[in-house]
Amino acid sequence: MPIVKRAQRMIRNSESRRLPVIVSIVLALMLTIVPHPDWASLFRPDWVALTLIYWAMMLPRRWSVGSAWMVGLVLDVAQGAILGQHALALCFIVFVTVRFHLLMRVFPMSQLTATVFAILALYQFVLFWINGVAHLSASPIHYWAPVIGGTIIWPAVSMLLSGVRMQMQMVR
Amino acid sequence: MVTFQTHKSNPARGPALGIRVLVLMSLSIVLMVLDHRQNYMDTVQRTIGVVVYPIQVVVDAPFRFWHWVRDSTANRGDLQLEVNLLKTERLLTNGRLQRLTALEAENARLRALLEARPHERDEIRVAKIMAVDANPYRHSLVIDIGKRDGVYDGQSIIDADGVVGQVIKTGLATSQAILISDPSHALPVEVSRNGLRTIAIGTGEFDRLDLPFLPNNADIAPGDLLVTSGLGGAFPAGYPVAVVTTVNRIPQQPFADVTAVPSSALDQVREVMLIWSATNATAVDADSETGAADD
Repeated sequence: MPIVKRAQRMIRNSESRRLPVIVSIVLALMLTIVPHPDWASLFRPDWVALTLIYWAMMLPRRWSVGSAWMVGLVLDVAQGAILGQHALALCFIVFVTVRFHLLMRVFPMSQLTATVFAILALYQFVLFWINGVAHLSASPIHYWAPVIGGTIIWPAVSMLLSGVRMQMQMVR
Repeated sequence: MVTFQTHKSNPARGPALGIRVLVLMSLSIVLMVLDHRQNYMDTVQRTIGVVVYPIQVVVDAPFRFWHWVRDSTANRGDLQLEVNLLKTERLLTNGRLQRLTALEAENARLRALLEARPHERDEIRVAKIMAVDANPYRHSLVIDIGKRDGVYDGQSIIDADGVVGQVIKTGLATSQAILISDPSHALPVEVSRNGLRTIAIGTGEFDRLDLPFLPNNADIAPGDLLVTSGLGGAFPAGYPVAVVTTVNRIPQQPFADVTAVPSSALDQVREVMLIWSATNATAVDADSETGAADD
C-alpha cells in the first residue's frame, strides 16, 4: 500500500520537520553566548545567522522572514543589544536568501561560500549601521572579523545541517 | 527571473515576501526607537528574557560544574595552604577594620560638628558572573541576580579591588553590566591625594583607562590613586577605580595625555559586589567640600 506509506511518511514529516530546526537554532544561540577562547573571540562566527541562512535556503516556505525576526528578538535580548537590531538584520538577510534560494541550492560549495560571505557582510553592515545611528562605536575589526570566521565555518555548518536534514527526511 | 517565479508559484506563503519583510523591518525600527530613546521596552525585554534565561543557564552549567569539580577535588595540602593564607589575610583585614571603625566614629563626630550630613553605609550583595559572553562589541558581563533581587539599571558593581562597572540591563533573574573599560563608559573620578576631579573613560582595553580632560598644568603624577567622586550620582563616592600610570604633558596641546590602570583585574573577575547606595545625595555635598576644582 504505497499510498498509506506515503501518508504515514507525510504525517511523520510534518511532526518532525520543525523540531530539528528549532533545536539547531537553540544550539546556535547557545554557541553565540558561550565564552570563546581569546584567539577565537574576535572571529566568532554569527552562528544564528549561518543557521538561519541554511534553513531559509533549504526550507524557505517554512523558515522565512517571520521566524528570523522572532529569533532576532531573542538574540537582541541575549546580547543586550538595542531591541530590534538583530531582528532587522536577520530578517533582511533571510529575505535575500529566500529570494535567491533556488540559485544558491545549485551553487557548488565554493560559490555558495562566497555568497554566504556576501550575505554575512550585509548582516554585519546592517548591525554596524544601526550601532552608528545609535552612537555605539566599536572598532571596525569587531564587525569584519566575524564575517571571515563565519565564512570559514560555513562549509562545516552546512554539511552538518544537511546531514540532519537528510536524516530527518525533511522535504523541501 | 528565476527567483521571482518561485516566489509567485508559492501561494501558500500568505502575503508577498517583500511586503512581509517591509512590515517586519519597519516594526524593528519602531522597536529600536522606542527602546533606545525612551526605554519603553523593558517589560518586552523581560518577557523575551524568559526564553533567554534557560539558554544562559545551560551554557553556564558546564563551567559551574567544572569549578565545582575543581573545588571538590583539590587536594588537602592545597586547601590547608589556602585556609592558612585566608586566615592571615582575615587577621590583617580585621586589624585594619578596627582602625576603620574608630575612624568612622571620628568622622561621624566631626561631620556632626560641621553640621554636615553623616555618611551612611552602602548595602552590598555578592553576585556571581555567569560564563556567558554577551555583546561582542562591548565590554560586558552577565551576573546571576536580577530584577527580582532588587537590581536596578545604573547600579554600581565593585569587586575586592575596586570599581568594575555598572548594570545596563536588568532581566528577571540575570542582569547585564558594562565594565569601566568599555569605550562608551565614562566615570567621574577624583585623585584621592588632592581631590582633583576629572572623568575616566574606557578604552576598550581591560588594563587602560584614559583621562582626556586634564589640563597640562594639572597636579597629577604616576602612582596617584583615582577614586569615584560620586558626581553624576551613578556611583557612590570613595571607591578605588584606577592608578595613574603615565602622564604625558604635551606643550602644544591643551590637555595632558593621562592613562591609568584599573585597580581590579577586569578580565579575571568571577565574583562581584553590587552596591545599593544610600549616599548619592551625601556624596555630592561631600565633594563640594573637598576643594581643588580642576575647572
